[in-house]
Amino acid sequence: MQETIEKTREEVQRLAAVNEILERNNYDQSRLIPILQQVQEVFKYLPKDAITYVATSLDLPVAHVYGVATFYAHFSLNPKGKHIIRLCDGTACHVKKSSGIREKLYEKLGLSDDNRTSSDLMFTVDIVSCLGACGLAPVMVVDEVVHGQATPELAAELIDKIRAEESAA
Amino acid sequence: MTDTKKLTVNGLEVEFTDERNLLEVIRKAGIDLPTFCYHSELSIYGACRLCLVLVEGRGIMAACSTAPAEGMVIHTETKELREMRKINIELLLANHDRECTTCSKSAVCALQNIARRLGVHDVRFKSPKRTDPIDTSSPSLDRNPNKCILCGDCVRVCSEIQGIGAIDFANRGSNARVAPAFNADLGKVECVNCGQCAAVCPTGALLPHDDTEKVWNALYDCSKTVVVQIAPSVRVGLGEMFGCKVGENVAGKLVAALKLMGFKYVYDTNFTADMTIFEEATEFIDRFTKKEKLPLFTSCCPAWVKYAESYFPEFLPNISSCRSPQGMFGAVAQEVLPQQLGCKREDLVVVSIMPCTAKKFEAKLPKLATNGKPDVDIVITTVEVGRMIHSMGIDLNDLEPQAFDMPMGLATGGGVIFGASGGVMEAALRFAVEKITGETLKNVDFKMVRGMNNRKTATLNVAGNEVKVAVVYGLAAAKKLLNEIKSGESQFDFVEVMACPGGCISGGGQPYGATNEIRKQRQNGLYTIDATSQLKKSQENYMVDKCYAEHLGGGAGSHKAHELLHTRYQNRSQLFDAKLPIIRGTKDNRLAVTVTIPTKGDNAAATELLGAVSQYVKESGYADSVDLDAAFTAENVNCVTVDCEEIAASIDSVKEAIEKGVKAL
Repeated sequence: MQETIEKTREEVQRLAAVNEILERNNYDQSRLIPILQQVQEVFKYLPKDAITYVATSLDLPVAHVYGVATFYAHFSLNPKGKHIIRLCDGTACHVKKSSGIREKLYEKLGLSDDNRTSSDLMFTVDIVSCLGACGLAPVMVVDEVVHGQATPELAAELIDKIRAEESAA
Repeated sequence: MTDTKKLTVNGLEVEFTDERNLLEVIRKAGIDLPTFCYHSELSIYGACRLCLVLVEGRGIMAACSTAPAEGMVIHTETKELREMRKINIELLLANHDRECTTCSKSAVCALQNIARRLGVHDVRFKSPKRTDPIDTSSPSLDRNPNKCILCGDCVRVCSEIQGIGAIDFANRGSNARVAPAFNADLGKVECVNCGQCAAVCPTGALLPHDDTEKVWNALYDCSKTVVVQIAPSVRVGLGEMFGCKVGENVAGKLVAALKLMGFKYVYDTNFTADMTIFEEATEFIDRFTKKEKLPLFTSCCPAWVKYAESYFPEFLPNISSCRSPQGMFGAVAQEVLPQQLGCKREDLVVVSIMPCTAKKFEAKLPKLATNGKPDVDIVITTVEVGRMIHSMGIDLNDLEPQAFDMPMGLATGGGVIFGASGGVMEAALRFAVEKITGETLKNVDFKMVRGMNNRKTATLNVAGNEVKVAVVYGLAAAKKLLNEIKSGESQFDFVEVMACPGGCISGGGQPYGATNEIRKQRQNGLYTIDATSQLKKSQENYMVDKCYAEHLGGGAGSHKAHELLHTRYQNRSQLFDAKLPIIRGTKDNRLAVTVTIPTKGDNAAATELLGAVSQYVKESGYADSVDLDAAFTAENVNCVTVDCEEIAASIDSVKEAIEKGVKAL
């Protein structure tokens, strides 16, 4: 009984964050995309309950909100890791062998093309099409820090560093 | 008066006035430009790129989304345009599951027809194999994404006409699909089963679920006595499948065809439509006299009922508790026929032929069953019965008409007009006005509630009382009206709601290709039957009187009649809330228990109750058989449901409901 009550209270708190976002945006249907962006900022992805809750609160069909959330590559319906690694596979980076970096990341984190978030929810690897820094190819961005002329060795090093910091914390 | 302007199409001068777009002007000129995504009653989408035309000085544009202008010079058939159209069709065909021979849309498929018309003999593009699973979760509709050409007609009809939006575009590029939220099963979302998506779908991507095999199997089973009821609109729709004039009444020929098929007795749903009037108009007079639970809403349309249960639970007490005519027929048939026909109740098979896909859903509702056996066993649509006749190799036109079997074959004009928007209201008024005034009604026509306007209102003076009535079709129009009633902006005593445009005559189970012109003609077909009937008022149906006297406790509103002919409604509003699973049972059949938790304001009591319910479920040993969810909403409501039935928010009543529910599983 107590466990259920706790769980329920937690969910109310989660949704309180969504309520706040909705209020900030005046429950304005035309602000659906900024609302989803802000929800994603809080949860790191768009959880199913949040999508449903946003839809009903804005008096929009859930299928419509789901359509918007699945249209834009920016939105993710799957949980993301705490640390996000964006690896560019645009033309320039591809030619400069970004695929070797990808393989190294996948190997180190136990990932694949279909599963890009590590099981401990620590890392997500996003393969993106261009980061606008072709002169530095191949490029990877780790938690908003850009690393130019990256190599598989650098990728491995950065992951080890983050892991060490996390276990120290 | 609107000015007449002129433009040129293929060298011919064409006049136009207020046409919305070039496509309408060109079609008026007798050129049927092909389209998939254009429906005059829906918004303009401009996606299919088939209605491309060359406008001199402006280039190639889509006629559907170009406004006509004075002096325009238009060509519809240049070499370039023909090639573009053909390539568009080829691309669609390359991406379409072309198993046409086994598709039940074959021969009425717009993609097939346009490909043939344009002479597309070869698809030069490589076909990606599409293997999305086919969704057959809904009792009413099948969804085959592999046949979808993404024209968006279904998406727009669902949101613009029905105000629901159960399906929408999801994903992007080559992964784009039309799907319910989270790609869930259509049978588990807010879809009200009206089938208007299937009615506009140009291909076989959305189809009414086919139940004809079940009917054949029942007919082949010698131990069964198979009887059938035919809804009003079927008789003015079916003929279109056999080249008859639109709106022609083929009831007699259909009776003959069904007898050839092997149905023992063929009855008329109009009989129970008359009976519905006895019950519903009595209910109206009672509420109107007491001035309580007004306005009264009609309950014949199962799509409307599910809509109200999902979106406007606060109006459920206002919905007539009468079963629909299909439901009443089922109940009366199960009660009366075994004895009359000398068969066992379990050997009686009741089939319905309906213009409607939602009736398939309705017949499966547990509350319309007796001791676990559905009162109506199988529901097939107008199109399905047409196909059964086709498969026998008979032409409906060659058959000698036959009469319906008695006693449930006698009906009045009041019963037959149920199929047209405004018909239930008119039939009810014919009954209620006469009862309230105590005088014989001389003019039985209430023409102000007829026609193809999606909202008709009237104020009648009945024996010094003002009676305000409204008739709406399309659930978006209903939503608008309900919100007005809620805010006090509008006030009515009696409201008829039908989901489909023009009423049941354009239900999701009617022949494909309804336009407003066709709808009008089908409606006129029903009004002609009414006009040529000797009995026009439901209360003149003496066989209904006899049925009441012999089997239903004497008259409308009796205890027995209430037990058999009335129903109750569910609260489905939690469907839309964000859910948190608390307990997940493991058995195949589970009882859904949902407790609403308001996210704003005080939710301590609701949270405590949820905790108590979870403890009870675990301790009582029902955890295997129960799915317990918390439903979160921003609205300040306290709602507890067990199997969608709303329960008082106290632990004792919830315990009782769960115990009862688990035992009934």
